[in-house]
Amino acid sequence: MGRYLGQRLFQGIIVVFGVTVLVFVITRLVGDPVNFILPLSASEEQRVRLRADLGFDESILRQFIDFIAGAIRLDFGDSTLFRNQDAFDTVMNFLPKTLQLVAGGMAIALVVSIPLGALAATRPGTMLDKVLITVSLAGLATPQFFLAQLLLFFTSVRFQIVQFGDGPWTHLIVPSIAMALPAIGRLTMVVRSAMIDELNSQYVKAAKAKGVARRRVVLVHAWRNASIPFVTLFGWETIRALAGFTLVIEAVFDWPGLGDLAITAIKERDFFLIQAIVFVVAIMVVVINIGIDVVYKLIDPRVKLS
Amino acid sequence: MTSTENVLEVDHLQVDFLTRRGVVHAVRDVSFMIASGETVGLVGESGSGKSVTAQAIMGLTELPGRIVGGDVRWKGESLVVGKAAARTMDRVRGREIAMVFQDPMTSLNPVFTIGSQMAEIFRRHQKLDRRQARERSLDLLDLVGIANPAARFKQHPFEMSGGMRQRVLIAMALACEPELLVADEPTTALDVTIQAQILELLAELQQSMKLAVLFITHDLGVVAGICDRVAVMYAGKIVEDASAHDLYAKPAHPYSAGLLGSTPRLDVRAERLISIAGSPPDLRMPPVGCAYAERCPSVIDRCLTEQPALRAVPGQPEGSRRVAACFRAADFHTPAS
Amino acid sequence: MTNDPTSSWTPVDANTSTQHERDDATHAEQAQEGRPYEVRIATKGLFGELISDRTGFIAAVFLVVVLVIAFAAPWIAPYGPVEGNPSTARISPIWDGGTWAHVFGTDAQGYDVLSRLMWGSRTTLLIGVVVVLVAGIFGVVVGLISGYRGGRTDRWLMRWVDMQVAFPGLLIALIMIAVIGASIKSLIFVLAFNAWMVFARMTRGVVLSAKENPYVEAAEIVGCRPRRVMFLHILPNLTSSLATLAVLEFARIILAEATLSFLGLGLQFPDVSLGLMASAGREAFFSLPRLAVIPGVFLTLIVLAVNFLSSWLRVATDPVEREKRHATSAKGITDKDAAKRARQAKRAARLNEATS
Repeated sequence: MGRYLGQRLFQGIIVVFGVTVLVFVITRLVGDPVNFILPLSASEEQRVRLRADLGFDESILRQFIDFIAGAIRLDFGDSTLFRNQDAFDTVMNFLPKTLQLVAGGMAIALVVSIPLGALAATRPGTMLDKVLITVSLAGLATPQFFLAQLLLFFTSVRFQIVQFGDGPWTHLIVPSIAMALPAIGRLTMVVRSAMIDELNSQYVKAAKAKGVARRRVVLVHAWRNASIPFVTLFGWETIRALAGFTLVIEAVFDWPGLGDLAITAIKERDFFLIQAIVFVVAIMVVVINIGIDVVYKLIDPRVKLS
Repeated sequence: MTSTENVLEVDHLQVDFLTRRGVVHAVRDVSFMIASGETVGLVGESGSGKSVTAQAIMGLTELPGRIVGGDVRWKGESLVVGKAAARTMDRVRGREIAMVFQDPMTSLNPVFTIGSQMAEIFRRHQKLDRRQARERSLDLLDLVGIANPAARFKQHPFEMSGGMRQRVLIAMALACEPELLVADEPTTALDVTIQAQILELLAELQQSMKLAVLFITHDLGVVAGICDRVAVMYAGKIVEDASAHDLYAKPAHPYSAGLLGSTPRLDVRAERLISIAGSPPDLRMPPVGCAYAERCPSVIDRCLTEQPALRAVPGQPEGSRRVAACFRAADFHTPAS
Repeated sequence: MTNDPTSSWTPVDANTSTQHERDDATHAEQAQEGRPYEVRIATKGLFGELISDRTGFIAAVFLVVVLVIAFAAPWIAPYGPVEGNPSTARISPIWDGGTWAHVFGTDAQGYDVLSRLMWGSRTTLLIGVVVVLVAGIFGVVVGLISGYRGGRTDRWLMRWVDMQVAFPGLLIALIMIAVIGASIKSLIFVLAFNAWMVFARMTRGVVLSAKENPYVEAAEIVGCRPRRVMFLHILPNLTSSLATLAVLEFARIILAEATLSFLGLGLQFPDVSLGLMASAGREAFFSLPRLAVIPGVFLTLIVLAVNFLSSWLRVATDPVEREKRHATSAKGITDKDAAKRARQAKRAARLNEATS
C-alpha cells in the first residue's frame, strides 16, 4: 500500500505542477498585465514602475523560475484585488466557506441518493421506479444555475423562508440542497443500476435459497457489492462540486467562498490570486482522487488481499 | 405400506418464460415425488427444464419466468398455491429444503468471508449468537471435509479452490439439517477427481443425515452411482420415472434408451460417437404430439397427434412405481429381440 | 434392428421447428463470430425498438422538432435575435394579454422571446454538435493510436489523458476564456479541450479488448496493414459505445456552455444561446421570471430528451438489456391481465349471487 501511495502522490504532484504551469502560461498570454491593474488614466511612469515591482519586466523564463520558487514556498505574490494581501493567505481565508458548502451538499446527496436508488432497484419497471428515474433525470438535466435560481426564488422571494448571503449555518441549507440536486440525480441512477446488476447475480439467488431475509439480501449482500463502484463515482461527484459547481452556487446565493472569489479574480485579472486559487483547488482535487483510490482498495477485499 | 412417506410432491408443474421472441414453455407438465431419505436424479439435456424445475421448487423463479400451473407440496403444504404458500416457502427454504448450485464461484458473495456467509444462516434460522454460530459453522466445515476450518472461516471465496468452495456450499446447505437437498448440477463445474470426492461426500452425508436428495444433472454416469430413482426429462416434461436399476437395465422410453446408448463406454471399442439425431423442439411452439416424435426411431402415427401421458409401464412387479410417457412403453419390455 | 434406438432419423420435413432452430442457431453463431454482424443485427430492429419504447420515441420526436427549428431559424423566426428597441420592451406573452405578434412576449430590451428561443436553440445545438465532433474525433484518434500501438506510446498518451482529467475543468475553462476572449470559437475550443479525454479513454478500452479477438490476429496474419485493421475491423465495435457516449457528452456540453454563459464568460452579445437566455441576473429573474424560466425549461427538456434517447440507444443495441426490459414489461402486462381476470371473475361471481 505504501508504495502505491507513493506512486499516486508523485503522480499527483505532477498534476498539480501541470495545472499551475498551464495557468501560468495562459495568464502570461494576455499581453501587458499591468493594463488590467492600473486605471486607464495611469501614466507611463506608473506602468513602468508597477511592472518592475511585480516582476513583469523580466524575461519569461525568469518569471517562470521565480514563480516556481515562490510556489514551493506557497508564495504566490500579493493579490492585487485585495490591496496587497498575500494571495495564498487570501485563498485560505475563503476556503472554509466553500468546504462547508460542499460538505453540506454532498452529505445531502449521499443520504438521499442511496435509499432512492436502492428503492428503485428493488422495483424495476414499476411506476415508482419510473417516477424516480424521471425525477433523477430531471435533476441532472437542469442547468445548475437555473435550478439554484429557481430554488432561491421560491424560498426567499415567493415564500420568504430563509435569508441568504454570509451568515450562520442556516444560510447554508438551501444552497446545499441546490448543490446536491444534480448530484442526487446522477448518483441515484448509478445506485439503481449497480443494485439492479447485483440483485440479478447468482450469489443473491443463492442467498435467497439459503433463506436469508429479503431485506438483508438487499441491504447487506447486494449493497456491499454495489457500494464499491458507488464510492468511486461519489468521489468524482465531490470533485465536480468542489472544482466547478461551487462557482455557480456561491454566485447565486451570495455565499462568500472560494468559487465566488475565483470568479471575481478571473474577471478582474488578479493573476496572483488566480494562480493561488488554481494551486489550492488542484491540490484538493488530487487529494480527493488519491483518497478515492485508497478507499476503493480498502473496501474491496479482492483488491486488498491480492 | 412403506415406512417412508413422500416429503416432496411436484404436481403437474408448469413454468413459462416470457421472452421477447415469444413465450417459452420451459416446464410443460412435471410430476414426481421424493420420499424421505430417497435420492432422486433428474436427468435431461440442456434446455429440458430441469434447472427451471429445481428453482421453481425453491421458489426462486424470477422474471422472465413464472409458474403458471400445477403445485409443489412439501409434506402436504403447498409452496406455490394459495395465500399461505409464501409464508410456508419462507419457513421451509434454507431450513427444511436446501439448495446447492452449479457454479460455486458465483454462488458465493465475493466481498464477504465464507464464515460470515455461513454464520448468517444460523443467525437467521436458529437465532444463534455470534459465538455459537461460529462454532456450528466450524463443525460443519469439518463435516464436509475441509481441513483447518478455523482458517478457512476467515477467508474469502476467491481464496479457495473450486472443490473447496463447493464443499462450503454443501456445508451451508446442510446447516439446518434439511430433509431435502436440491443439488443443481453440483459437480458439472468441477474436475473429474474432485467430482468423485464431492459425490462421495454427498453419499456419506445422505446416509448419516437421512437426507433426501434431488440430484439434477445431464451426466448419466454420475446418476448411476448415487441415485435410487431417476426421472428423465425431455422438452419440459418427465418422460420416464423409474428406479435407477430398472432404467439402466431396460429403459422404457426411447429417449432414455437414446441417452444411455449415446454414453460412451470404455469397454466397447466404437468407431464413432453415437448421438441422437436432431435437436429438441422449440418450446415456444411445442409440438402437438409427443415432443420426441420427430427424433424417435420407434415413432408411430399416434405419436404425432397425441401427447402420451405418464402412465405405469406394463409388466412391472408390484409397487415398482415405474412410469413412462410413451405409447409403446410396453414394447420395450417384451424380452429383447 | 427395428428396436435399435440409435439409428439416425431424418427430420419430418424442412419446415419443422427443428429447421427454424438450426437457422436461429446459425444466425446466433454468426453474430458471435464477427462483431460487425452484431451491429447489423442490432440496427435491423432499431426502428421497431424505437416505436415500442414510448419515452424514447417521444424524446426522439421532440429532438427532431428542435433540430428542425434550430436549423430553420433564420427562415422561420418572426424576428432577428436582437431586433427590437425599448418601445417594444416587456410586452406580455399571449397568455397574459399579449398578441400573436409576440407569442412569448418580449424582454427588457424589446427582443422577441420566441425568436430568441429559436436562434438560441440554433446556437446551443450548434455548439454542442461541433464540440462533440471536434473532441470526439480528436479523442477517438488518440484512443485508437494508444490502444493499437500499445507500449510506450500508450503509456505516455494515457498519462497525458490522466493528467488532463485531473484538471479542475470549469476553473481552467473560465481562465482560458478570460484570457483569449469570449466568442463562439473560443468557447468551442475550451469546451473541446475539456471533453476529448473521455473519448480517448473509451476508445482505447474498446480497442484493447477488441485486440484480444482472434479475428484481429487473423487479419494481421493475412497481411493487412495496421491502419486497415484498425479501421475496418475494430471501428465497428466502437460504434455503439461511441454513440451513447457522444450523445451524453452532447448533453453535458450544452449544460457547460450554459454555465459559462451564466458566469459571464460564455457567449456575449449579440450571440444568443438558450443557456445565456436562462442566465438572467438576480433582479431580472425576480422581476420577470418568465424570461429566464421559459428558455431554462426548454434547455432542460432538450437535455432530458437527449438522456432518454441515450438510454434507449443503450437498450436497443444491447440484447441483454432488451430482454430485461421486456421481462419487466411482460410482467406488467401479465400482472394486468391477471388482475383483469380476477376482477372479471369477481364481477361474474357477484352477478351470480345477485341473480341466484
